[in-house]
Amino acid sequence: MSTVLLKNFSELNFDRKEILTYMGCKEADGEINALLDSCINEVKCKLSYKACYCELKVDILDDICDFGLFKVRSSSLAQYLNGCKKTVVFAATVGVLLDRLIAKYSKISPSRAFALNAIGVQQIEKLCDMFCDSIEKGASKKFRFSAGYGDLPLETQKDIFNILDCSKKIGLTLNNSLVMSPSKSVTAFLRID
Amino acid sequence: MKFLDFLRNNTVIVDGGMGTLLQQRGLKAGQKPELWNITHSKDITEIHRDYYSAGSNVVTTNTFGANILKFSEEELEEIVKSAINNAKKARDCFSDKDNKFVALDIGPTGKLLKPLGDLGFEEAVNIFAKTVNLGEKYGADLVIIETMNDSYETKAALLAVKENCQLPVVVSNAYGQDGKLMTGATPAAMVALLEGMGADMIGANCSLGPDLLTPVIEELLRVASVPVIIQANAGLPRVENGKTVYDVSCEDFAHCNAMLVNKGVRAVGGCCGTTPEYIKLLSQKCAKAKPKEITDKGITLVSSYTHAVEFGSQPVLIGERINPTGKKRFKQALIENDIDYILNEAVSQQEKGAHILDVNVGLPDIDEKAVLEKAVYELQAVTSLPLQIDTADAIAMEKALRIYNGKALINSVNGKKESMDAIFPLVKKYGGAVIALTLDENGIPDSIDKRVEIAEKILFEAQKYGIDKKDIIFDTLAMTVSADNTSPTVTLGALKLIKEKLGCHTSLGVSNISFGLPNRDAVNSTFFALALENGLSAAIMNPYSVDMMRTYYTYRTLKGMDENCTDYINHAQEFTLSFEKQTISQGSTEYGSELEWAIEKGLKDKAAQITKGLLKTEKPLDIVNRDIIPALNAVGAGFEKKTVYLPQLLMSAESAKVAFEVIKSAMSSNSQTENKGNIIIATVHGDIHDIGKNIVKLLLSNYGFNVVDLGKDVRPSVILEKTLEYKPMLVGLSALMTTTVPAMEETINLIKEKAPWCKVMVGGAVLNEEYAQKINADKYAADAMEAVRYAQSMS
Repeated sequence: MSTVLLKNFSELNFDRKEILTYMGCKEADGEINALLDSCINEVKCKLSYKACYCELKVDILDDICDFGLFKVRSSSLAQYLNGCKKTVVFAATVGVLLDRLIAKYSKISPSRAFALNAIGVQQIEKLCDMFCDSIEKGASKKFRFSAGYGDLPLETQKDIFNILDCSKKIGLTLNNSLVMSPSKSVTAFLRID
Repeated sequence: MKFLDFLRNNTVIVDGGMGTLLQQRGLKAGQKPELWNITHSKDITEIHRDYYSAGSNVVTTNTFGANILKFSEEELEEIVKSAINNAKKARDCFSDKDNKFVALDIGPTGKLLKPLGDLGFEEAVNIFAKTVNLGEKYGADLVIIETMNDSYETKAALLAVKENCQLPVVVSNAYGQDGKLMTGATPAAMVALLEGMGADMIGANCSLGPDLLTPVIEELLRVASVPVIIQANAGLPRVENGKTVYDVSCEDFAHCNAMLVNKGVRAVGGCCGTTPEYIKLLSQKCAKAKPKEITDKGITLVSSYTHAVEFGSQPVLIGERINPTGKKRFKQALIENDIDYILNEAVSQQEKGAHILDVNVGLPDIDEKAVLEKAVYELQAVTSLPLQIDTADAIAMEKALRIYNGKALINSVNGKKESMDAIFPLVKKYGGAVIALTLDENGIPDSIDKRVEIAEKILFEAQKYGIDKKDIIFDTLAMTVSADNTSPTVTLGALKLIKEKLGCHTSLGVSNISFGLPNRDAVNSTFFALALENGLSAAIMNPYSVDMMRTYYTYRTLKGMDENCTDYINHAQEFTLSFEKQTISQGSTEYGSELEWAIEKGLKDKAAQITKGLLKTEKPLDIVNRDIIPALNAVGAGFEKKTVYLPQLLMSAESAKVAFEVIKSAMSSNSQTENKGNIIIATVHGDIHDIGKNIVKLLLSNYGFNVVDLGKDVRPSVILEKTLEYKPMLVGLSALMTTTVPAMEETINLIKEKAPWCKVMVGGAVLNEEYAQKINADKYAADAMEAVRYAQSMS
C-alpha cells in the first residue's frame, strides 16, 4: 500500500529572465520592468507551494505500464520508465489565489493578467524542479514526464488524481475537460535510478 | 436524547480517522472507500464500534465522497443507507445509547466551483442535497460538513442541508498553515458566513495537527457565538521502514486538545492518522471537562470570500459609487451590459480605501434581478471586499444573496410591515447584516424619540425571526440640510441614542446631507466628522472624495485608532505625491503629441489625465482621430514588425481604453462613438482559460468594434442564441486544451448551420491554421493584432 505524502515549500526565487521569456520579451524596457516588479510584489503573498506524491511499482510489458492500481498504454511512458529503480508520481500546485488575481486582471488589465500568468508558469516549473530535487537526494533522475507528453494520453490525469487524492491533499481539482484548477499546477511521473 | 440537548451540557467526543483504518484493513489507494459500506459492512461497523468504545459520542458515517458525481443515484442511496445502518449497528452494541449519535458525513465534491473551476453553485447545492435527503431518510442524527477548503463550496453544502432537512448541522473547514482556507477565507470570515446561515457548530479539521491549528481555533472562539469543534490530524504522515507513521503521538494529541477544551472548544475528535487509541486518550482527558458556557459575542460581522469586516472598533467605509443614480455614464454602461465598467468602479474604490462596496443596479429599463445577480457574481471575482446588496426588489435581493460568497450587508429594511415581512426571512436564511432605516408607514418622523421608537419596533420584529440585534445596523436618515436646517440635529440625536440605549451599530448615507448645496464635499465631510463623534459605525460615502477620506484618516488619528499616526501619514504623503504627478508635464518630441506618448508608453493614469485636460479645449472626436488612433496604429504596427512585445501592446491598449473611457464619460449619451460592427467572443465549453480571449476583446474594442463577451466555458447553444440575437459579423472562439476543441467544432457547426452569414474566427494555444480549417473555421488568428486586421477587412 503506497502512502500519499506531502511536501510544502517556502517562497521560491522569481527568475526575471525566465519570466520575460514566458512573456515573449527578449528584453525589457522601463515600463515592462515596472509592470513585472509590481506584479511580483502583488503575487508574492498569494502563492503557496504544495506537492503530494507517492511511490508506485510498475511492470512494463511492451507499451503497457501496469501500476497495479491502474494501467496505461503508452510507448513513450514505457520507454521512460523501462528498467527504472523507482517511480514516483506527483502533483504540485502554487495555489488558487494566483488564479483569482489572474481572473481579476483578465477583466480589468490584461497586461497584468498576462504578466501574472508568466510568473505563475515560472513558479510552478521552479516548484517542480525543487520537488524533484528534494526526492531521494543525490539519486539520478530523469526529467519528469507528464500526461500529454509523447503518446501518454491526457486521460491518465484521472488515474493520477484518483491515486493521489489531489483535491483533499493539496486542493488541486480536475474538470471534465481534464483542465486542472488551480491552473498553475503540474502532475508527472518521475523516474529515479 | 437529541444531539443539540447533549451538546448544551457536555463536551462532545467525536470519532477519529476512517481512511487510515480502512487501509489497514486492505483498502487500496484509488479505490472508493464508500463502497466498503456495502462490501465490507462488518469492517465498517467494527470501526464505528471501536470509536464508540473509545468514548466517542458521535461517529461519522463512511460517506466522505458519497455524492452523485462519483456514484449513480441508486448506488448513492445504497451507500448512504448502508453507511448509516453500519453506524447504528455499532451503536446497538451498547446499552447506553443516549449519549451516542450518528452523523452523516459530507466531504467536498473534489471539484472547484465557478468561476475558478467548472462546477456551478446551484449544481453544487443539488449534489449535496441528494446526499442530505438520503441522510435524513435513513435516520442520521446530525450532519457534519467537513474538510471544506473553499468558502463557496461550504456555503453550497450548508444551504443544501438547511433547505432539505431539519437535522442539526456542524460545519468544519480545512485551514492551512497560514490560518486560512485554500481559497483565502479567514476563520472570522467563515464564522460570519456559517453562523449567519444557522450552522449549529463551527470548526476546523484535517490538514494540520492540533498544535498548528490552535491559532485558528482561538480566533474561532473569539468571534463565534456557537460551539466550536476541532478534529485535527495526528500531524503529518511520513514513511518509516515501509510503514506510514504520523508525527503527533496519542499523548501529545490528547494534551493539546485538552488545552483547547479548557479554552472553550465544545467538541473534539480526530482526522487523518488518528485511531481509536487516540480517541480513547482524548476522551479520558476531555470528556469530563466542565463545558464552558457558550456566549453571544455580539460582534457584528460581514464578510467576503477572504475576510470579515468587524463593526465597532474602527469606522467602516461603504463605497457608494456602484449606483446609477445621477451618473450618466453608469446608466449607459448598465443599458449596454458593460459589466467591465462596474468592475473597474469596484477596483478603484477598493484602491481608495473603501471597506465594503454598495451594489445598486436599479434602473427602470433593465432587468434588475438578472443584472444584480450577474454584477454580484462578477464583482466577487475581482474584489475581495464584502458587498452591500442594495435593491428594493426582494426577488433580486434573494437571487444576489444566494450566490454571494460570504455574509452580505443588506440594504435595506425599514419599519414598514411589508418591508420587514419581505427582508427578514432572507436575512434569516442566507445570513447577513441589514441596514434598517428608521422610517415606517407614517414616513420619516421629525423627532429623535420617534425615530428611536421605530428602531425598537424593528428590533422587536427581527427577534421573532431569531435575528440578533448585532445584525441590525440602524440608519437614522441624513436629510438635506438646505431643506430643513434642524434635520442634522435630529439625525445625529437619534444616532447617538440608538447607539447608547439600544447598543446597536449605525450607518448613514452621508452625501444626502448636502443635496442642493455648492461645494458638497465640505458639507459632507464635516457632517461625517460630527456623525462619527455621535457614534456612527459606518458611512455610505464616496471614497474618491479627498475631503471625506481626509476626515476619515484625521478622525482615526485624533481618536487614538491609528497607532503612531501611520495611516494618516501614509495618506497625506500619497495625496502630496498624486498632486505633484498632476502638475508635472512630461511631453516628448519623439511622439506626435503628449497623449500619443502616454498611450504608446502604456501610462494609464497619464493618458486619463491628459485626455481630461484636452477635453477642456478640444472636440472628443478630434482627440480620438488625432491622438488615440495614431498611437494605437503605431504600437500595432510595431507589434506586427516584432519591435513591440505583447505586454507593451497590452499596456498601450489599456491606456487607450482609459482615454476612450474619459471621452465617453464626457460625451452626451446621444453622441455615441462609432461602431464598426458587432463581434461576439467566447471561450468554448469546458475551457476556463480566458486571458487570450480578453486580450483580443481589449484590442477589438479599441479599434471601434462593439464586442459582446460571453465569458468562458460557454455552451455551443448559448453562443448560437447570442449570435442570433446580436447578429454579429464575426464570432471569435478561444480554446486552450485539446480536450475542448470538439466543443469548438460543435459550436462552429451550429453557427454554420443556423447562422451561415456569420464568420467564425478561432484562436488559442492548441490551434493552428491547419487545425482551424479542419474544424471548419473561417479564420485562424495567431495573435490579437491578426484578429483586429481580419475584423477590419470585413467592415
